[in-house]
Amino acid sequence: MELSVNHLLGIKYITEADIQLIFETADHFKEIINRPIKKVPSLRDITIANLFFENSTRTKLSFELAEKRLSADVINFASSSSSVAKGETLIDTVNNILSMKVDMVVMRHPNPGAGVFLSKHVNASIVNAGDGAHEHPTQALLDAYSIREKLGDVAGKKVVIVGDILHSRVALSNIFALQKLGAKVKVCGPKTLIPKYIEKLNVGVETNLRNALEWCDVANMLRVQNERMDISYFPTTREYTQQFGLNKAILDSLDKEIVVMHPGPINRGVEITSDVADSKQSIILEQVQNGVAVRMAVIYLLASKIKHSEVIN
Amino acid sequence: MSQKVLLNATEINIALNRLACQLIEKHDDFSKTVLIGIQPRGVFLAERLKTLLETDYKIKNIKLGYLDITFFRDDFRRSEKPLEANKTKINFIVEDKNVVFIDDVLFTGRSIRSALTAVQSFGRPLEIELLTLIDRRFSRHLPIQPDYRGRQVDAINGEKVKVCWKENDGEDAVYLVKN
Repeated sequence: MELSVNHLLGIKYITEADIQLIFETADHFKEIINRPIKKVPSLRDITIANLFFENSTRTKLSFELAEKRLSADVINFASSSSSVAKGETLIDTVNNILSMKVDMVVMRHPNPGAGVFLSKHVNASIVNAGDGAHEHPTQALLDAYSIREKLGDVAGKKVVIVGDILHSRVALSNIFALQKLGAKVKVCGPKTLIPKYIEKLNVGVETNLRNALEWCDVANMLRVQNERMDISYFPTTREYTQQFGLNKAILDSLDKEIVVMHPGPINRGVEITSDVADSKQSIILEQVQNGVAVRMAVIYLLASKIKHSEVIN
Repeated sequence: MSQKVLLNATEINIALNRLACQLIEKHDDFSKTVLIGIQPRGVFLAERLKTLLETDYKIKNIKLGYLDITFFRDDFRRSEKPLEANKTKINFIVEDKNVVFIDDVLFTGRSIRSALTAVQSFGRPLEIELLTLIDRRFSRHLPIQPDYRGRQVDAINGEKVKVCWKENDGEDAVYLVKN
């Protein structure tokens, strides 16, 4: 088995079989990263550039660790300290980096579609690590992988994504991934933060958190992305928390035990209270650990499509 | 395609008993020894030997693990077919242990080379030995030889040695397959 694509640009572009292959490969890597020596030599002759045109801590660390666990050579780049500030175009920046013999590019960019654009113009495998409010495919993969690990399967499960859907690439990628794997998805949040056309994706909309929680098996709590909000989408943070914040009282009042997820970074006390984030129903830290295994799988599978003969020549 | 029987069920059984005795001769009660079956095909032989040692030779607490070598292979991105991994299951540390690698056929030696690297993720063994049911002569790419062998066979490069196990293939037999 191999992936049907040469780049991971979004969940939209890959098949269910691709996702299953990534999960099965991630199972092996999860075992490997729990060994006393957590490294395999597979990608010794592959060089990967991590290009972050937008801030990131966890995703960048997770990718870098995944690459190093596979023995790839890694170079890092942050736009704040680069020639982008001097007016260089994206293609020029990347081609300059590729001329130093780089085989794969992991890129986060503020503009939606930046990964797709780049994949058409440069000769390297591209992994999208988040492009604006478009997609964040590896986050969706690790979220679905964590659900599979916790509940045994994703198919047939009910997942509600709560919070700022409008600005969230995590929400969109999650919707695609979960639906491809046969889960039912609803979104929940203030009407102002739910995109107009979301129902066209076959996603239910719920504006009452309690109703959403009573329906679901898994609640994925998103962060309120204040930095992306150009206007006021809700009156006050306090009011948002009252209506859409997940706390122990509401969780305990449900007649079932749901799984709580959060892609991080958490605003404790806003979308989720500390006691919920640290409770045994929360799999937030498992998500982070699975992130490394899933990213190793993605990088390994994409690298296996770069034929050795192309590197030698 | 034609195939010739190299070993039948009785001959395999005799070889297994001999290999078990040779292991006991060297490893005594197996208190400092661990067996590691190389995935995918080595695990059948390893399980057989473990059962034989425990039931017929009354040796208790034999430690057996499975080692997958996929991510340690030297032909990643060189073959047309993508490499498929299997499960590694080693629930013990190999530090200062006598390790016995168990595989069905020793051919080029490259799998064993990978296994030698892979096993280091679980500690530094005191010593590593190799046991194979079939040793294909004249086909080695690397200076690797078995310490215990069931049968040595001469097979040319176009030929394939196929080891069948009752629990997986319905019968115990070793075939030489010619294309």
